[in-house]
Amino acid sequence: MNLRDAEPATVARRVGDVILAVEGVSLAFGGVKALTDVSFDVREHEVRAIIGPNGAGKSSMLNVINGVYRPQAGQITYRGTKRSAMEPHIAARAGIARTFQSLALFKGMSVLDNMLAGRTLLMKSNIFLQALRIGPALAEETEHRKRVEDIIDFLEIQHVRKTPVGRLPYGLQKRVDLGRALAAEPKVLLLDEPMAGMNVEEKQDMCRFILDVNDEFGTTIVLIEHDMGVVMDLSDRVVVLDYGRKIADGTPDEVRANQAVIDAYLGVKH
Amino acid sequence: MTAATALSGTFPHLLLLHARERGAKPAIREKDLGIWQSWTWAEVRAEVEALACGLSQAGLKRGQHLAVIGANRPRLYWALIAAQSLGAIPVPFYEDAVAGEMTYVFQNAEIAFAIVEDQEQADKLFEILPQCPDLKRVWFDNPRGLRHYSQAELASYESLVAAGREFAKASPGFFEAEIAKGRPGDTAIMMYTSGTTAQAKGVVLSHDNLIQSSRAYAELEGLTADEEVVAYLPMAWIGQNLFSYAQWMYVGFRINCPESAETVLTDMREIGPTYYFAPPRVLEALLTQVTIRMEDAGWVKRTMFKRFMELARRVGARILDGKTVGVDDRLLYALGGVLVYGPLRNALGMSRVRVAYTAGEAIGPDLFVFYRSLGINLKQLYGSTETSVMVCVQPDGGVKSDTVGPPMKGVEVRIVDSGEILLRCPGLFVEYYKNDEATREAKDAEGWFHTGDAGFFDEAGHLKIIDRAKDVGKLSGGTLFAPKYLENKLKFFPHVKEAVAFGDGQAEATMMINIDMQAVGDWAERRGIPYSGYTDLVAKPQVADLVRECVEQVNADLAADPKLAASQIHRFVILHKELDADDGELTRTRKVRRGFIGEKYATIVSALYSGAKQCVVEAQVRFEDGRTGNIRADLTVHSAKTFAPAAAKAAA
Repeated sequence: MNLRDAEPATVARRVGDVILAVEGVSLAFGGVKALTDVSFDVREHEVRAIIGPNGAGKSSMLNVINGVYRPQAGQITYRGTKRSAMEPHIAARAGIARTFQSLALFKGMSVLDNMLAGRTLLMKSNIFLQALRIGPALAEETEHRKRVEDIIDFLEIQHVRKTPVGRLPYGLQKRVDLGRALAAEPKVLLLDEPMAGMNVEEKQDMCRFILDVNDEFGTTIVLIEHDMGVVMDLSDRVVVLDYGRKIADGTPDEVRANQAVIDAYLGVKH
Repeated sequence: MTAATALSGTFPHLLLLHARERGAKPAIREKDLGIWQSWTWAEVRAEVEALACGLSQAGLKRGQHLAVIGANRPRLYWALIAAQSLGAIPVPFYEDAVAGEMTYVFQNAEIAFAIVEDQEQADKLFEILPQCPDLKRVWFDNPRGLRHYSQAELASYESLVAAGREFAKASPGFFEAEIAKGRPGDTAIMMYTSGTTAQAKGVVLSHDNLIQSSRAYAELEGLTADEEVVAYLPMAWIGQNLFSYAQWMYVGFRINCPESAETVLTDMREIGPTYYFAPPRVLEALLTQVTIRMEDAGWVKRTMFKRFMELARRVGARILDGKTVGVDDRLLYALGGVLVYGPLRNALGMSRVRVAYTAGEAIGPDLFVFYRSLGINLKQLYGSTETSVMVCVQPDGGVKSDTVGPPMKGVEVRIVDSGEILLRCPGLFVEYYKNDEATREAKDAEGWFHTGDAGFFDEAGHLKIIDRAKDVGKLSGGTLFAPKYLENKLKFFPHVKEAVAFGDGQAEATMMINIDMQAVGDWAERRGIPYSGYTDLVAKPQVADLVRECVEQVNADLAADPKLAASQIHRFVILHKELDADDGELTRTRKVRRGFIGEKYATIVSALYSGAKQCVVEAQVRFEDGRTGNIRADLTVHSAKTFAPAAAKAAA
């Protein structure tokens, strides 16, 4: 009856080859060095976390990946194509979507419309056909709506489908933001602090949604998070930044045992 | 009515009948992915046949039990009929039951097969699997999150139905032959009582019980196959089962499954049910929502609402009952219908409601009158799981807020000296499953069922229920003390969510009160009162004043009734946490467990009577994920003004 049922089991999660790699990336704003010679890779279908104390350069790293910032040095390889810097529109078209720490939603628009807006790049018929709802536009609209309804069902937000986003509580807005990103059917999903400002229950829900997205759609996920417990439970591999440098990279257990990480988080005696 | 001819049959017989007579008409709808999907009677029959064959192939035998766990989903309804077609007995569960509560039922009913809605329910079953060795197979409707489950017991609903289709192709006529073996006296369903007091008991109801009851209601209200019903209450509740399953099968109308529990109100507006059933709790929640929204509305709307609701309270119910009302009031009421009542009925999703019932617990008179005054034909009925909800119902034009109406056709009622109500009726249950002792206790040798409710007949022959027979007490002064009556009066206020009254054997009545977080939160926001959470909000002196106003208004009302004037509430405490079924404070049908609360919060009760101003409580709370934690709070004992009894005033 719905698309989920029809999907082949092959999208099921299976960590594959490297889909995204950054090599020797350095980024500076004037004299402030945000990132210094950072390299790491992301494999297909995995959940990759970037952690670090405040000001470690996590959000900058995400902004480099989706092309908002141009690094002064280094290279980004995405699905086999090597670039010195990503461009936002290339990233979006190539299947990189992201959510924002401060949310990027149209507050006055309904949840449904916000999520449809997330599919803008996937819409094929031109603006006039769409406005008049003639020709292929109508069939296309139905298809888009169907996809969005799947995501609404997936994220369990049916009850607010037609509610303006601005009237929703913060936790739900976060969920809608995730939905908007998902609507673009991304290959790689960048999540900027998806649990920030949430209570325990909302965090649990969000964790479950992130795992389900990864599991059901096979989406590769790169996330930034403060909450160490959450990160360790969710991720396959973790990269740790401190003052713009990579200080550790590996499985949650390896990272947890790494002395440099412990020092960065708990501080060291001088 | 055509279905009456099939009265000698079972529910599966009725399904075959509907598939023949109105095969192309929709039988059930479900909102899925934002669209109402519908299945005709013929399609339902085909689905049920495949499922029944699948279940039979898997080994479900006549007389065995099938657990059905989840929200209102078409496939779960099909599971009920499929099981009945094979002569097996479905046992529906409350979807929010915790795993521990399920263990007993699985063991008691020796359940080997279960059809569940989703991962959440499947997880619970795997949790209790070690204690339930009988459980062999679990089928799920929604595959989400279950992809990596490797338990041998687990399989998808689709695989079960696919196997059933194969089998049906290979042996046509099997389904009809199995149905033909069914007799009206066979067990149709087993429902576990919520158990306010002791371990749950499995109430065994036969096809005949439920069909008789369905017929009684259908004839009384003239139900037709064109009724629309929204199926939104828990499937494990007898009210839901009678009004959305038994009557659906008997009359052949349409049931509609909402998209999710949160969307019920929107879905109701889209469907526009003509036949509606709601426990007082739901009606109360709706009214609270309306009140909040009206308080947020602009000045014009607010004034209009206030004025016209005053008029409605005065004449609305009288007009609905066909009593005499002045021409000027009639004209004004008609104007109100255009400006206020009509739009309000629409917002409530009740524009097309022809008959609405409420039952489950006593309804506050003000709440009841609110709906009737809007022109919604809300009526009370009285019944229980054991009686297939067939005892008393209010007739059109004979509705009173404090009675449940005269006994229905075929029901005999007797009231014994202790005030307890005894009755005999065709809907009366067969027995408590594997519990002869309890069966004998409830049903005596002459077939009288002891309801455990206290009540009496008024001069018009309507039955009036006061409370549970064992809960009705006396104040130390010797006057009657009916805790539920007080609680209901207070719960009518939108700011009060729950109330628990104490006073049996004491000189004065006192109360514990739960505020309604949404309503009081809104109220506080509008007044710019900052708060961090529930516990903090409760402690605000402004909130205490707000609640005190409610209590004093109740006291003023009580004072007007000479019999109840002594029960005025002298002191109250606002609880620091919401009463919750997970903590055992409410039953799954959300009735207050007064005794348990009295013990758990003994420190508060003693503070209420010791004259203390403060008390410290520590309470354990259970989070939704099953972990527990402690909440500690300082509570203030508030006192409320009481009034002189009206009798004195009348004498003066």
